[in-house]
Amino acid sequence: MEPGIFKFILRHSLRQQITILCLTVGSFPFLYFSLELPKIIINDAINAKDFPKALLGAEFEQIPYLLLLSGVFLALVIVKSGFKFCINIYQGLLGERMLRRLRYELYSRILRFPLLHFRRVSPNEMIPMITSEVEPLGGFIGEAIALPAFYGGTLVVIFAFVFIQDPILGLAAISLYPIQGYLIPRLQRRVNELAKQRVRAVRETARNIGETVSGVTEIHVHDTSQYELAKFAGRMGRIYEIRYEIYRRKFFIKFLNGFLGQLTPFFFYSIGGYLVIEGDLSFGALVAVLAAYKDLTPPWKELLKYYQRQADARIKYEQVTIQFQPADMMDEALQTTDPEPDERLSGDIVATNVRLEEEDQVKIIDGVTFTFGLDEHIAIVGSGASGKETLAMLIARLIPPTGGRLTIGGRDLADLPESVTGRRMAYVGPGAYMFSGTVRENLMYGLKHRPLRPAVYDEETAPIRARALQDAVLAGNTGLDPRAGWTDYAAAGADGPESLRVLAMALLDLVEMGDTLYEMGLRGTLDPGERPEIAERLLRAREATRERLKAPDMAELVEPFDETKYNDNATVAENLLFGTPVGAGFDIDNLAESPYVRKVLDQVGLTSDLLEMGRQVAGLMIELFSGLDPGHEFFDQYSFIEAEDLPEFHALLGRITKEGLEGLGADDRNRLLSLPFKLIPARHRLDQIDDDMRARLLAARRTFAAELPEALKPSVEFFDAEKYNAAASLQDNILFGKIAYGQALSAERVGAMIAEVVNELGLRDEVMEVGLDYEVGIGGTRLGIGQRQRLAIVRSLLKRPDLMIVNEALTALDDAVQTRILRNLIAEMKGRGLIFVSPRAKLAREFGRVVVMESGRIVEQGTFTELDREGTRLHELMSAG
Amino acid sequence: MSLSEELEVLRNIPMFSDVAPTQLKLLAFTSQRLTFAAGQDLFRLGDMGDCAYIIISGEADVLVDKDGTEVVVAKAGKNELIGEIAILCDVPRTATVRAVTELTALKIPKDLFFRLIAEFPDMGVQVMAELARRLHRTTQQLTEALAKLEDR
Repeated sequence: MEPGIFKFILRHSLRQQITILCLTVGSFPFLYFSLELPKIIINDAINAKDFPKALLGAEFEQIPYLLLLSGVFLALVIVKSGFKFCINIYQGLLGERMLRRLRYELYSRILRFPLLHFRRVSPNEMIPMITSEVEPLGGFIGEAIALPAFYGGTLVVIFAFVFIQDPILGLAAISLYPIQGYLIPRLQRRVNELAKQRVRAVRETARNIGETVSGVTEIHVHDTSQYELAKFAGRMGRIYEIRYEIYRRKFFIKFLNGFLGQLTPFFFYSIGGYLVIEGDLSFGALVAVLAAYKDLTPPWKELLKYYQRQADARIKYEQVTIQFQPADMMDEALQTTDPEPDERLSGDIVATNVRLEEEDQVKIIDGVTFTFGLDEHIAIVGSGASGKETLAMLIARLIPPTGGRLTIGGRDLADLPESVTGRRMAYVGPGAYMFSGTVRENLMYGLKHRPLRPAVYDEETAPIRARALQDAVLAGNTGLDPRAGWTDYAAAGADGPESLRVLAMALLDLVEMGDTLYEMGLRGTLDPGERPEIAERLLRAREATRERLKAPDMAELVEPFDETKYNDNATVAENLLFGTPVGAGFDIDNLAESPYVRKVLDQVGLTSDLLEMGRQVAGLMIELFSGLDPGHEFFDQYSFIEAEDLPEFHALLGRITKEGLEGLGADDRNRLLSLPFKLIPARHRLDQIDDDMRARLLAARRTFAAELPEALKPSVEFFDAEKYNAAASLQDNILFGKIAYGQALSAERVGAMIAEVVNELGLRDEVMEVGLDYEVGIGGTRLGIGQRQRLAIVRSLLKRPDLMIVNEALTALDDAVQTRILRNLIAEMKGRGLIFVSPRAKLAREFGRVVVMESGRIVEQGTFTELDREGTRLHELMSAG
Repeated sequence: MSLSEELEVLRNIPMFSDVAPTQLKLLAFTSQRLTFAAGQDLFRLGDMGDCAYIIISGEADVLVDKDGTEVVVAKAGKNELIGEIAILCDVPRTATVRAVTELTALKIPKDLFFRLIAEFPDMGVQVMAELARRLHRTTQQLTEALAKLEDR
């Protein structure tokens, strides 16, 4: 990276900077002329007597002449502003483009950092560096050359003007600049030093906060909150001191500059006045000089500001870029080189005296030598600090060795581009990171190396994409299209999304994830427009379920939806809506607040009854829950009113006693109405909802559906026994009803029944497919670590690697499951290389060859039977557990 | 059956005789009322328990495992509290309880059970008395069994 910001600017934007400069210089004649004009107006038009004047072959009287000159003045002002407008826009554009280039460069460097470097830097420092810290640089870069040129040029023009009017006045005007030019940089230097310290201090604080968040458990268990607070206050104090010092110095520079600047008029008035009185200078000239002087202060101030900003920007740039230049950064070519067609790994993996030392001479791997065939299955076992995990990472080329050589088929591993190591080799570590997105996207992640099929753009979007591409290239960004088809189906042995899905499903079975995926699928939704055939079959599952529910021992478990019946196992709100809300329009928890619902209630005359019900429910809640601690879990589980709202409802009931229900304000009515909406008769067993009330709520349901305005129709999908409901989950679609309260084990029995129906109709695969669209959450947090580890294995297998390295990647699973999955994995990788690193030495039994590590060395090698005897290290490890 | 009817049932159970009505209401409101078919298990031997049951109607067998076959050791009926041992001392269920007839029971969460005992010492005493009665019965049965062994 360019060492300084000006080098960066010149290297990447010289042409644009010159354009801005030309525009700036081009504006100067107009500037000069606009300074000259006032003098002409005063001397030639206002104070002169010799009219008419001849100009451009025409004769002008005094007033038209004055108007003409004023008109020219106005035109000049417009031209000047026009220039300024164009320059500003171009500068903004250039600044953004350069900022984009800088951010891209920094981010791309993160992708090439040596892995060990991530131990030394924390994301809490790196994120603000790329996002907020460089932000002001964009503004600066746009004007880095033009601004000093513009204001410097302006100054020169003004000086030239003053000099031409009178050399002595000119000299007087600039007499103080050398002093300023000498003093200010010296003062600024100390400010720069402080600014550097400030950047560092702020960054340390960021890391400090990050550590607090990660280590908050330790802080609680060791009672160190006061210590942490004290340390934090100390840091804040340091930043405060630096800032204060910077302010003092900065404003002193301003003060000094302002003072010196104000000395200049002193010379104008005294010397200029003297010259006018003596008759050596015209009065008009002095006025013009004074007017010019008034124009002189702003550019001078701007120049000074610029000087301070460039110092700031220089420091920021250096402080950020220095963090992105670790030693041993990966060569960019390793990431950009495309592979040879049909490139495969073959031959042996050979390690010759491979060593890995950390900075402080600690030997992690201490002279390891081996030859593994790419068709062998090898278990590497050892104790926690034996270096076995590190060896796996070395073989996966995640860490380069500090000594010795690692080759595959005679080629040095270090020279292989990622297009080979990342496609022909697979590595699964214990973390099993998942990116936010669906299960499917995460499984396909290992197949997205290059864009393979261009995205299709229509007439409207094509120009947008063309412009985006052009902008990206101008800013030094990659032009690859994120919307293109990236998934390499052929690499997985598939010819399209459908056959890839089939492959993925088979592999998911291999890691025993079918049931999980089925559960995910039942909770997921399906767009019947996209998959009409599946929706159709799900409807048949609904029918089959209905049949089964007729059996006497099942009938009580589910209360089906029936347009003409009130559903006692659903809330009042659900009964009223009789459908699934789409979007926020009819959010079921806030249904009482919907104006349309309120209108319907008024229309069928239910409002006052529901208010009365609300009053009773509120009374009951206050009676039952007032005695509990506000944090009690019952509030979450059972209460209709949150603990902190209880007193408010208490007061509300008081108001009702005094003024009656009619006297309530709109807020109170909303609050009260929301309560009965949550009632589920079968669950809460309160007597409020009797048959009469049921009938009236049904009437409200009918009115709601019948009079629903066109605009609100997309906000709800009604329950319809013959129609698939796109907004509801698969399970709800199959069940088409509510699981009944009060029946023992109802949820389990219904679940088993649904599973039976799904299996009978051969729908399990389809349900699992919907499960593929389950959102895993940020970092995969909606999945357990065991599920993430299984998915990571599938993700790696899907690219059909020649060598698979499994580095403690099944540790979250229990022994039996781990062994079963391992056996499946071994069968799947038959004929290809598999290296399995595990703390459980017993699993080595499954492998043809076992390598035992200790203190960074290989201490034993051989078949399991050879090594499985008294006195070996393997035996010791196995008996240890 | 509605909440108010359940409240009546609870009030007639001796153990709850002097628990305040509000607390009893809370008990009824937060407890699930479950219906079991004849032959269905309320819980099984060895499961971890997080609730106790009060039988509102119906009858149940208490079964333990003897050499792989289930043996009925006691019967439980209306107004009886069952399953409290597992939640009192955090051990797995000590027996299987199976409905003999259709049975309705209130499922009392552990948390609420402790809360009631803490707040209403008399209820604690009642629970203790019940446990003591059972212990007494068990001791008697043990003595008889030992006597039979000696007779052989």
